[in-house]
Amino acid sequence: MSLRVSDLKVYYKTLKGQVKALDGVSFEVGDREILGLAGESGCGKTTLGKSLIRMDGRMRHIGGTVELDGEEMPIGDDRRMNAFRFHEVSLIPQYSMSALNPTRKIGKMVAELLHSRGVALDAGKLRGRLDAVGLPHEVLDRYPIELSGGMKQRVVMVVSTLLDPSLLIADEITSALDVSTQKAVAGALAAFRDDGLVKSMIFVTHDLSLTYQIADTIMVMYAGKLAEKAPAKEIVEAPRHPYTRLLINSLPEVGVRYADRKLTGIAGSPPSLLNPPKGCRFRDRCPLAFAQCEQEPPVVEVAPNHSVACWKA
Amino acid sequence: MLKLDNVTKVYRVGAFGGKTLTAVGDVSFDVRPGEVVSLIGESGSGKSTIGKMILGLTPVTGGSITLDGVPVAPGKEYYRHVQGVFQDPFSCYNPVFKADRVFQMIKEAYYPGVSAKDWAVRVNAAVRDVRLDPDQVLGRYPHQLSGGQLQRLLIARALLLDLKLLIADEITSMLDASTRIDVLNLLAELKERGLGVLYVTHDLSLGTYLAERTVVLRHGRVVEMGETDKVFGNPLHPYTRQLLAAVPRLHASWEEAEPVTDCPYHRGEASGGLFEAEEGHFVACARLESCPE
Ligand SMILES: Nc1ncnc2c1ncn2[C@@H]1O[C@H](COP(=O)(O)OP(=O)(O)O)[C@@H](O)[C@H]1O
Ligand SMILES: Nc1ncnc2c1ncn2[C@@H]1O[C@H](COP(=O)(O)OP(=O)(O)O)[C@@H](O)[C@H]1O
Ligand code: SF4
Ligand SMILES: [Mg+2]
Ligand SMILES: [Mg+2]
Repeated sequence: MSLRVSDLKVYYKTLKGQVKALDGVSFEVGDREILGLAGESGCGKTTLGKSLIRMDGRMRHIGGTVELDGEEMPIGDDRRMNAFRFHEVSLIPQYSMSALNPTRKIGKMVAELLHSRGVALDAGKLRGRLDAVGLPHEVLDRYPIELSGGMKQRVVMVVSTLLDPSLLIADEITSALDVSTQKAVAGALAAFRDDGLVKSMIFVTHDLSLTYQIADTIMVMYAGKLAEKAPAKEIVEAPRHPYTRLLINSLPEVGVRYADRKLTGIAGSPPSLLNPPKGCRFRDRCPLAFAQCEQEPPVVEVAPNHSVACWKA
Repeated sequence: MLKLDNVTKVYRVGAFGGKTLTAVGDVSFDVRPGEVVSLIGESGSGKSTIGKMILGLTPVTGGSITLDGVPVAPGKEYYRHVQGVFQDPFSCYNPVFKADRVFQMIKEAYYPGVSAKDWAVRVNAAVRDVRLDPDQVLGRYPHQLSGGQLQRLLIARALLLDLKLLIADEITSMLDASTRIDVLNLLAELKERGLGVLYVTHDLSLGTYLAERTVVLRHGRVVEMGETDKVFGNPLHPYTRQLLAAVPRLHASWEEAEPVTDCPYHRGEASGGLFEAEEGHFVACARLESCPE
């Protein structure tokens, strides 16, 4: 088992109180597994990624544990996390491709970044990694503005994995790209796993049809909790949680026309996690809600490797 | 209604504008009332440049754009009928002001004579038209609203005018899959009310969902266009096929599309014009008898 997260709770401290962004989440990622993490914005996906790397000043580790390759990670201890950060687990943050320093050539930026992490640049390895994602070595002499979105995203992928982390987390890295570039970038990510550059991966996106292309397992989160987790095919073909079903129904597939079949979104929006609703957090948007949903549904394994938190599942 | 005839846009680029870049080359299509036309292409293919020329934000280098036979004349009268909504809704709002200030600006410019009370009634109606609850969105600051809500408010703002044509440039690409479909349905309702919509996107599945007609753009040139059913039911240009194959689908894994060959028509550099392959379906090259290769 590569990653084991048990009952993880991470809250944001705000003036109005605690935002319960991750509220008791448990899951595992196996060796060589790509876990797709899906859910609308505000469900806690980015918080989960950040928790495994570096908590920002307002995040608090309230409870639960994270084990990577059998070793517990001190996620609440910023200093002790240095040993793990980028070396064992690495993150490609949301919007990182737009955050590249515009005044630095790519090569210089990579060297500086490694230096700040206390590692010397291995130029041969860097070139090998550029080859692996299909970037010409000349990009090192270019400024970010001279690169296309897909190229910048690949630069960030290379930089994030230079220290050979065991686990790579990619947060919405394809959302700003057009479809053919999405395909190329997602393919390059999957190749990282296939070629053993990283052992396992968490691929975060709100787009289930994209996740489906590269993930082995898909985990759907809702309002800081796990809603459903199953092998990718099963999530798509036999979803059990009403939220997963509605997410899937809101996807326009090629060929579906408004005139023939009007698709519907999910009415309402995810709740604020400052005072999350009691019971099932999806209750006020759920077409199947009934009396029992005022109690919180436990996560139940309904089939091998298929867990759902819903009284009706 | 809207008509583009052989529209070309050449930008001067490089230091001192010494080089030129043809961002849009020889593009012709039209948008009729009550119709969504989707303009599809990858980033850099010239979609936004076309949108900006229609909105009069940048001049055409060659060709002409007319609305009901009259050349584009940016100004108050023109913007009464033609409005644009863009990818990043946040950039359209000033964070220090409440989001509904965008409505007030329309009143000041176009309806100074309308009483505050009547105006409030109109704003409420427009906000409901985009399926938002006025109580939940009016009087809030931009950061208190979601991207989908801000995007819909911008559409509501356009609806307060006597609108004929809406340019929607990548307006769904920053939205969640579930919110995206609400905004798409909203555009479809606008067309049912008689508006023309030019829907700009890189995502074919979104384009097919909405549009009566589709224009596929590559390097500023039209490679294929026509009735959406025909363009996607029977895609002829290898580039269109490649785009289709790249769309991630549920229930099906990515398939390999045939590579785009080295023919200058495929590269989108040569302009041999479009051939009518079947009724209402035009393509540049493809495996037609008239292909010069
Ligand atoms: N810095 C922060 N301070 C307070 N609340 C936050 C902060 N960042 C995120 N949140 C809240 O935490 C929840 C989860 O957010 P996030 O992890 O960003 O979700 P996602 O990545 O799924 O969109 C949301 O309710 C969001 O409003
Ligand atoms: N103001 C400008 N000056 C110079 N080149 C531009 C300008 N705006 C766009 N371009 C170039 O024109 C081409 C088309 O851009 P754009 O219309 O934004 O495409 P799209 O919207 O399809 O991504 C690109 O190569 C882009 O770099
Ligand atoms: S527990 Fe109840 S409210 Fe929650 S998803 Fe299941 S049926 Fe719906
Ligand atoms: Mg996020
Ligand atoms: Mg654009």
